[in-house]
Amino acid sequence: MAEVTVDRGPTTGAGRGMVRLPRALHPGAWWLWALGLATAASHTTNPLPLALLVAVAALVVVRRRGDAPWALAFRMYVWLGAVIVAMRVVFRVVFGGGQGEHVLLRLPEIPLPEWAAGIRLFGPVAAEQVLGGLYDGLRLATMLICLGAANALANPKRLLKAVPGALYAVGTAVVVALSVAPQVVESVLRVRRARRLRGAPGRGMRALRAIALPVLADALDRSLALAASMDSRGYGRTAAVPAGQRAVTGALVLGGLVGVCAGTYGLLDATGPDRLGLPMLLAGLAAAVAGMLLAGRRIRRSRYRPDRWRPAELLVAGCGVTAAALTMLAGAVDPEPLYPPVSPLTWPELTPLVLLAVAAAALPAWLAPPPPLTRTARPPSAPTGVTAAEAVRAAVPPTRVPGGRA
Amino acid sequence: MIRFDRVTVRYPDNGPAPLRDVTLRVEEGELCLVAGRTGAGKSTLLRAINGLVPHFTGGTLHGTVTVDGRDTRTHPPRDLADVVGVVGQDPLSGFVTDTVEEELAYGMEQLALPPTVMRKRVEETLDLLGIADLRNRPLRTLSGGQQQRVAIGAVLTTHPRVLVLDEPTSALDPTAAEDVLATITRLVHDLGVTVVLAEHRLERVVQYADRLLYLPGDGRVVDGPPAEVLADVNLVPPLVELGRLAGWTPLPLSVRDARRQATELRQRLARATPSWPPPATEPATALSARRIVVRHPGTVAVAGVDLDLHTGQIVALMGRNGSGKSSLLWAVQGSGPRQGGAVTVFGPTGAVDPRRLPAHQARRHVGLVPQTPGDLLYLETVDAECHQADRETGVPAGTCRALLDQLAPGLPGDRHPRDLSEGQRLALALAVQLTAAPPVVLLDEPTRGLDYDAKRRFASLVRGLAAAGRSVVVATHDVELVAALADRVIVMAEGEIVADGATAEVMLASPAFAPQVAKVLAPAPWLTVEQVAAALGAAREPA
Repeated sequence: MAEVTVDRGPTTGAGRGMVRLPRALHPGAWWLWALGLATAASHTTNPLPLALLVAVAALVVVRRRGDAPWALAFRMYVWLGAVIVAMRVVFRVVFGGGQGEHVLLRLPEIPLPEWAAGIRLFGPVAAEQVLGGLYDGLRLATMLICLGAANALANPKRLLKAVPGALYAVGTAVVVALSVAPQVVESVLRVRRARRLRGAPGRGMRALRAIALPVLADALDRSLALAASMDSRGYGRTAAVPAGQRAVTGALVLGGLVGVCAGTYGLLDATGPDRLGLPMLLAGLAAAVAGMLLAGRRIRRSRYRPDRWRPAELLVAGCGVTAAALTMLAGAVDPEPLYPPVSPLTWPELTPLVLLAVAAAALPAWLAPPPPLTRTARPPSAPTGVTAAEAVRAAVPPTRVPGGRA
Repeated sequence: MIRFDRVTVRYPDNGPAPLRDVTLRVEEGELCLVAGRTGAGKSTLLRAINGLVPHFTGGTLHGTVTVDGRDTRTHPPRDLADVVGVVGQDPLSGFVTDTVEEELAYGMEQLALPPTVMRKRVEETLDLLGIADLRNRPLRTLSGGQQQRVAIGAVLTTHPRVLVLDEPTSALDPTAAEDVLATITRLVHDLGVTVVLAEHRLERVVQYADRLLYLPGDGRVVDGPPAEVLADVNLVPPLVELGRLAGWTPLPLSVRDARRQATELRQRLARATPSWPPPATEPATALSARRIVVRHPGTVAVAGVDLDLHTGQIVALMGRNGSGKSSLLWAVQGSGPRQGGAVTVFGPTGAVDPRRLPAHQARRHVGLVPQTPGDLLYLETVDAECHQADRETGVPAGTCRALLDQLAPGLPGDRHPRDLSEGQRLALALAVQLTAAPPVVLLDEPTRGLDYDAKRRFASLVRGLAAAGRSVVVATHDVELVAALADRVIVMAEGEIVADGATAEVMLASPAFAPQVAKVLAPAPWLTVEQVAAALGAAREPA
């Protein structure tokens, strides 16, 4: 990825004449946008729109990501996408099948026993088969890169904070688990290092026990300390709820989930009665949502600086949805250019509708407000603890000898 | 503000009750210090204030505890969150979120405060604690002192009227500890917050306290003004010992009080000189390290340090948190990373670099007890650990147990290592490491969580090791321990050695590292109460 100079200061909103301040967009907006792009990608194997979608995702990421650690993960997704494409092509070459007229090179074929008939290893490599692998791989890679863009643009943990009140406990559990994982890794490393001090090797069953026990004890201590801290800071304060209402809430959620399961089964199972499917699903969903809303009312809690849906969020999400809708429309009008045939070999084409979809997907690079940068926001002065200690260091010249000791 | 009415706490293990029939009151705006041995029930007392005992820990509580009129019997900790703020010993393990700002807001979110109020209080708290420049930082990247201040801030945002702190400075270097204590006293004086604080190192806190609750360990609580309570307690900071020795009344609690009373003592000591342990004649070099470099991702932990250790010498390694002390010890032992430099140990088998040896041989040359000694222990009983240590080292059975009996006599062999007190666990880990009889012993922060008594035993134990010809390095923040124990002090900062010299030389040169006695008797070079006592005794005898 080339470095691109990015305007990160306040910019004027297009045509509206108001100053746009840097702020973080609602993570949901980025995810909707990315899902829209991924949906668009899933509806074509044409390499031209796919490549354009990857380029658009990269452009938006480079212009609108913050400087947090997860924002740098986009590069990884691009690499992963490249690996997927390469794997697909290599697989086609290895288990080729050799259909196609334009043979690029002839590899010696490895003869296989009788029972493996139908599988061919190597043999002639045709341009059609390589291209087929490339198209297929590119589609999957593009979808992955789109989701990677969402990950780079939105803090995954902030998305968890946006869950509805009833699921708050689940969200908290996930957040705690996410922060405990690195601590466990840390204590495994620490205990392994300590093992060496006792002169014991770091491998084998005995070592496993010697490492697992202190680590587990440590993790248990930490979780107890965390639970005590959360408890004494007010986690789980609930409004008084009469027992009857609790029972109703539980019944609604449970019944609703059962309804959702039955409805989904009805929809998917073609042999079942038709009227069971959709109505059942909808009724189940409604019951479950009602139950969760009721349960959410028990929890009294407020959010610090919550992410809100503002015009910019709606625009960004709308761009993603538009891109997906335009691609689907293009498929409905004329599916041929979206799935260019590999045999006979033809040059892939772009249609105006697809181009329009790509253009819509690129708009957030300008529509979204610039991200706040934490590093430049910090004043250059050192933290107080350090300055005080610096003074101490200055006061301890290594050579000074007081006269008292003789 | 806080009332204990005939409170008795019992845990289900049928041990003695940590609190027995305790009645006390803490008034609004008091700074109340809780002191006592390890295991005397300090944490139980603190946790009973916000109902963690017994709601969270189990056990039974007889009597009533009320805070601001709320009975903890009917109010679990979460319902007291707006009245009592609790900060634990290890702030990192109590953090729920990942950035400073979110952590400050967490408690308020739970209390469902309106967003505008939250926004305002977060800003106020950031300023009050002087951590505004840290607001977006991930909590794990902060230094110990910063973490402790964030933890205090995180409970302050709910505007509690009582703040409960369990050893807030035990893991901090002297300067960071002073920052945290300054913050706490400011809260007491400016905001009228009632503070209840447990601390082992009384010398750091006692001068700020209005009240002292002393737990002798038998379930009682002795309650009174600090100077009165300390008069008949054997668990006292050096200042009080000096005061007792000189016969001052009331006993001084701050350096300022002591200096004002010490004019006469200074005159009496004017002609005496402190007795120093005679420097060993031409001590042999036990270990020599040259240009040690340790890098961690993103930082240079140790930047080309030269270090020579001599037989029979006790070296104290000091410096603020993160200055590279631990990295240096691990690199010297050979188990930790080392990107450059050479280490030579002049051991029983000639000069070797422990890093080039397999781990079980390296520990015969350099023994290291890590910061958390529990990491070394993984078996169910003390005896099993001792047997395992004997087997690992290939020494006659009983060697480790014999060492342990010297270090901590009478430790029950069937006890689980995790049930031992901090001091006992340290002794066990040290015994395990000494089984290999290394000529160089490195101790990383050994006195964390030790009370005065345990520290005194630890000091005599280390002196014993040195007398047996071993070279000992103790990395520590505890200036009083260093004054009483070390022959030589090395101060590190930013991975470099900034001071290296005889204890008196280094410690008297800077106020941050000067022990209390030195501050009282400056400019004369006295470091410890023992020296003063010896000089006074010598002066009295001829008379």
